Amino acid sequence: MTPGDGFISIRNVAKSYGAFRAIESISMEIGKGEFFSLLGASGCGKTTLLRMLAGFEDVSGGEIWIDGQEMSAVPPFRRPVNMVFQNYAIFPHMNVAENVGYGLRKLNLPKTQRREMVEEMLDLVRLAGYGGRKANELSGGQRQRVALARALILKPKVLLLDEPLGALDRQLREQMQVELRRLQRSIGITFVFVTHDQEEALTLSDRIAVMDGGAVLQVGSPADLYERPASRKVAGFIGTMNFLRARVAERANGRAHLDVEALGRLAVPAEATTLAAGSPAWIAIRPERFALSDAPPADGSYAVEASLELTTYLGERCRHVVRLAGHETRIAVSAPNARRHQPASLDLEKPVWLTWSEDAVIVLEEDRT
Amino acid sequence: MSGGSYINRPNRALTAYALVFLTVLYLPVLALPLFSFNESISVRFPLQGFTLQWYVDLWSRDSVLAALWNSVRVGVCVSLLATALGLLAARAITLRRLPGQNAIVAFAMLPLVIPGIIFGVALLILFSRIGVPLSLITVGFGHLVICLPFAVATLLPRFEGFDRSIEEASADLGENGWWTFWRVTFPMVLPGVVASLLLTFTISFDEFIITFFLSGYDATLPIYIWSQLRFPREFPSVLALSTLILAASFILVFTALWIGRIGLARPEEAEARKEGPA
Repeated sequence: MTPGDGFISIRNVAKSYGAFRAIESISMEIGKGEFFSLLGASGCGKTTLLRMLAGFEDVSGGEIWIDGQEMSAVPPFRRPVNMVFQNYAIFPHMNVAENVGYGLRKLNLPKTQRREMVEEMLDLVRLAGYGGRKANELSGGQRQRVALARALILKPKVLLLDEPLGALDRQLREQMQVELRRLQRSIGITFVFVTHDQEEALTLSDRIAVMDGGAVLQVGSPADLYERPASRKVAGFIGTMNFLRARVAERANGRAHLDVEALGRLAVPAEATTLAAGSPAWIAIRPERFALSDAPPADGSYAVEASLELTTYLGERCRHVVRLAGHETRIAVSAPNARRHQPASLDLEKPVWLTWSEDAVIVLEEDRT
Repeated sequence: MSGGSYINRPNRALTAYALVFLTVLYLPVLALPLFSFNESISVRFPLQGFTLQWYVDLWSRDSVLAALWNSVRVGVCVSLLATALGLLAARAITLRRLPGQNAIVAFAMLPLVIPGIIFGVALLILFSRIGVPLSLITVGFGHLVICLPFAVATLLPRFEGFDRSIEEASADLGENGWWTFWRVTFPMVLPGVVASLLLTFTISFDEFIITFFLSGYDATLPIYIWSQLRFPREFPSVLALSTLILAASFILVFTALWIGRIGLARPEEAEARKEGPA
């Protein structure tokens, strides 16, 4: 997506509180109907950015455009966005139906039509028949759905969600993830979703912006971020990653050759890195891209000898920690339990062979600090 | 008594102390209703027999009814004004961190600790200096000053426990500040408002010292009672009247406290609700 053509266009937006710069000049474009996540640890500025979209915080610099309209002079109650708050912010003195219908007052609809819209909305979030319940009689998941219905009934152009699943227990959270995704597909509204949970972001989003220290590190699809992280920070933040120090030894014949700590010399296609010969680099390999075997592979793919230090059984997969022979370097390996687990199949301290293929290797620049 | 746990273990000495304390506190007050039903005109034991005569007498006196009417009028106006001002003050104090906020709160609470006689004299001097004739309006002004801290103190906890995101949600759903206040903020602090109305009315209704300095020809009920004390024959009627005021005050204050607590969940209740069934 090129700058300026987004449904939501965030242009050089900055936010400072006194001398503290919460957000340093962020620009990004969010498409219509997209499920877009802002992912980052707490304090990275993701909630601040969301609150600026909602209009609760003024921007200190830059502009926010939503559907072709500049937002800085538009107060929250006139913006074409609605928000689901982290704590849901259900009105405690109203019942469910009154909560959901809260925003309809200004539309001056006849009472019966208003009631119909509320019913329809409650149906959509699977709370039909709960209209008369008091807010404090609801469970966490139900409150969350009331907050959703209340925001969606106004048919906003954009729905903002501030860690809406954070307070729910694991099972309920997974169930709500599915429902959110179903809802978003069926109504086609643009969702901007704030979360610190990378798994949740990967599950739900069309695209994700990874944020850190008030800046955007990378914007991309879940697969982009996972398979082609642009920096060590992103690679480390999304999923688990093994990092090894490396140096580009030479570039020749459409290949880049790297000297890698503990693994020796590796070759990758020249497109994999733009670094010139002699530059320091990191290589990164996902735990599941490694395989373990009892004997060296016959087909000549990359392999090193290692010893197994720790195995954790996780049901669908096993997580191993191996130490490379003759080095202190430890590597995390994740192997699917394709067959029924046999505890004796890999002995601790017994030498194993760690193998991987060329395309598993990600070459990253040294982080600029 | 739930017993069982260390912290809830009953303590006989403390229980006895509490009983003695309450007895000493309220026994003298209970003498009022006791003697108000006594047939004899003098206040002394033994009691002489039960009568409602003194109560009946009250209703035949125009001056009592006039004083009652004055007190009610002043009380209603003062409670409405004090609560309205207290509402604004509590809102301003909790809206955002103001510079010198603690000083402002302390200043608003100051009339609580300034002796009524000093306020009375000060206001009397002020009014006579600027040439305002003493009337029920000056009385009401005096009452307003001492009622305001009570209104603020009653309303402040309501606003302090207020989750700001509730108001943001209202703005997000399309309501501006005015409508947000009336649809969300006010209903949520309403129990505090009612409590403040009842409490400030009671304080105004019972106030004597400041009223004594600031009232003109129109007596309020406490002033009327005081003026009747000079006449021994009127004493039983004064007792009857005092008993009625006592009862009304008790009812109002207890109602105020009860209403003021509605919805201010105690911590353990809030906790239990959070962990309720999913």
